[in-house]
Amino acid sequence: MELTDEMIDDLAHLARLRFSGEERISVKKDLQKMISFVEKLQEIDTTGVKPLLHMSDTVNILREDEVQGSISREDALLNAPVKDEQFFMVPKVIKK
Amino acid sequence: MTIAGKYEVVIGLEVHAQLQTASKLFSGDSASFGASPNTHISPITMGHPGVLPRTNRKAIEYAVKMGLACHCEIEEDNYFARKNYFYPDLPKGYQVTQHTTPVCKGGYVTINTPTGKKNIQLNRIHLEEDAGKSIHDLDENYTCIDLNRAGVPLIEIVTEPVLQSSEEAWQYVTVLRKLVKWIGVCDGNMEEGSLRCDANISIRLQGEKKLGTRVEVKNLNSIRNVKKAIDYEVERMIAIVESGGTIIQQTRSFDAGNDTTFALRDKEEANDYRYFADPDLPPFHLTKDFIKTMQVSLPSLPEQLATQYQQEFGLSEYDAAQLCDEKATADYFESVTHFCKNYKAVANWMLGPIREYLNGNNFSFDQLSLHPEVLAELIKLVEEGQLNFSVASSRILPSLINGKRSPLQVAEEMDLLQVSDSTELEIWVNEAIRSMPDKVAEYKKGKKNLIGLFVGEVKKISKGKADPRSVKTLLEQKLDENTII
Repeated sequence: MELTDEMIDDLAHLARLRFSGEERISVKKDLQKMISFVEKLQEIDTTGVKPLLHMSDTVNILREDEVQGSISREDALLNAPVKDEQFFMVPKVIKK
Repeated sequence: MTIAGKYEVVIGLEVHAQLQTASKLFSGDSASFGASPNTHISPITMGHPGVLPRTNRKAIEYAVKMGLACHCEIEEDNYFARKNYFYPDLPKGYQVTQHTTPVCKGGYVTINTPTGKKNIQLNRIHLEEDAGKSIHDLDENYTCIDLNRAGVPLIEIVTEPVLQSSEEAWQYVTVLRKLVKWIGVCDGNMEEGSLRCDANISIRLQGEKKLGTRVEVKNLNSIRNVKKAIDYEVERMIAIVESGGTIIQQTRSFDAGNDTTFALRDKEEANDYRYFADPDLPPFHLTKDFIKTMQVSLPSLPEQLATQYQQEFGLSEYDAAQLCDEKATADYFESVTHFCKNYKAVANWMLGPIREYLNGNNFSFDQLSLHPEVLAELIKLVEEGQLNFSVASSRILPSLINGKRSPLQVAEEMDLLQVSDSTELEIWVNEAIRSMPDKVAEYKKGKKNLIGLFVGEVKKISKGKADPRSVKTLLEQKLDENTII
């Protein structure tokens, strides 16, 4: 599959990344390599093989419905770049 | 044919129901509503790196119960996927959901329509986590984020596009809300957002096979608004088509202020959620035994119970339906029937004076402080003619609720027991006859239906204590005798 600049821009948008012209060239090169690698894997005949969704065989690692493990609001807000006494604060996400 | 009659309305509903668990879907944070902002959170909820989320067993049980109550097929092999998108109230950058691999498939919910019962086909019911809350009007420059709700377990119940009117949608949500409360998986509180509804609406010409362009109306937070939003939207769409326009695919929101809808997003942005299996959450497997256990743990559903009440207890369809309106009501009814076999009387008492008392206090039957056995005793006293119904309901019942004494004790203390002792009755009867000589004359001339008047008079004189049956017999005896008093 041939990568286009447009595809790079779409992916960058989905990941909320911005590339300069130079970066875009190098990212495109890397991504092209990854795609080629996956394309190589696709040559293997996987008819009848179930998709491998999880790396381990464990199932049903469940917890009981108990309230525990919360942290204080002070601790929770510690790393927030913008906050007040109660809230995480982010740039306005709706237009007035 | 009217203009509206030219078109057929097609509606599909997505209902999100918050599961009534104590803790969140993948963390031990409390899932309760109304706490101070950002106090029910942990590194898991905030999506910090390196955390180990684990699935809440109860949430899975609730989802399966709901599926069984809706006649769904239960998927045995389950896993969670990540739905990737950025929004500030979604701290991980993805929502964990079973969007593409639901735990419950197919199934239906039965509603009543003017033309009879109709099964509303479901597409699926799946488990997912809720997002946090964005508050836009607290600060001038910033949006405030409260993550208490982030990670709270939801089931999303999705119908096929099979609802044909706003009335059917209204019925469906009403039945669904009753069902989730009945089986105890969700409190059904739409004001607090425990139950939220999105409607996908389209119209097409009658007889047309192809579905029309759909509009999604989001955030309908009351059953009434579901109906209003659909009514408005259908009218709007018909007006567009009738004036030669084209309906565009949109996401709209309902404005409860003026009962209209407005566009949130024109033309869906090409969403690319890049779903993939969540590597942090091992799959869960449901055995046939587990599914059977869930099936057995389900209470009888309202419709089954209502039928049973009609067939086994001889109740009317109306009374049966009223008793099955809420689980607490049906539960109370059944506990009274352990002590009283006069089922019709139990229903009358519950749906009459007791419900009146409860409504007046905004209580439900599970908050009623009246032991079922005490009610049964009271019913028995009325049956035996020791109390008349109106005295029993208006005067004895209020002092039994929250009280400790038996109906007989209360009746005795208040001197309200009916008298069928003939000496006392005779005095009252004689007094009544003497007070209305002209009526007596008319009666003797053949106006036999005046007997009711005399019975009423005795009732008045005795202050309700005279047993009306004995009074009537005695009155007839006296009036039919030829003696003049």
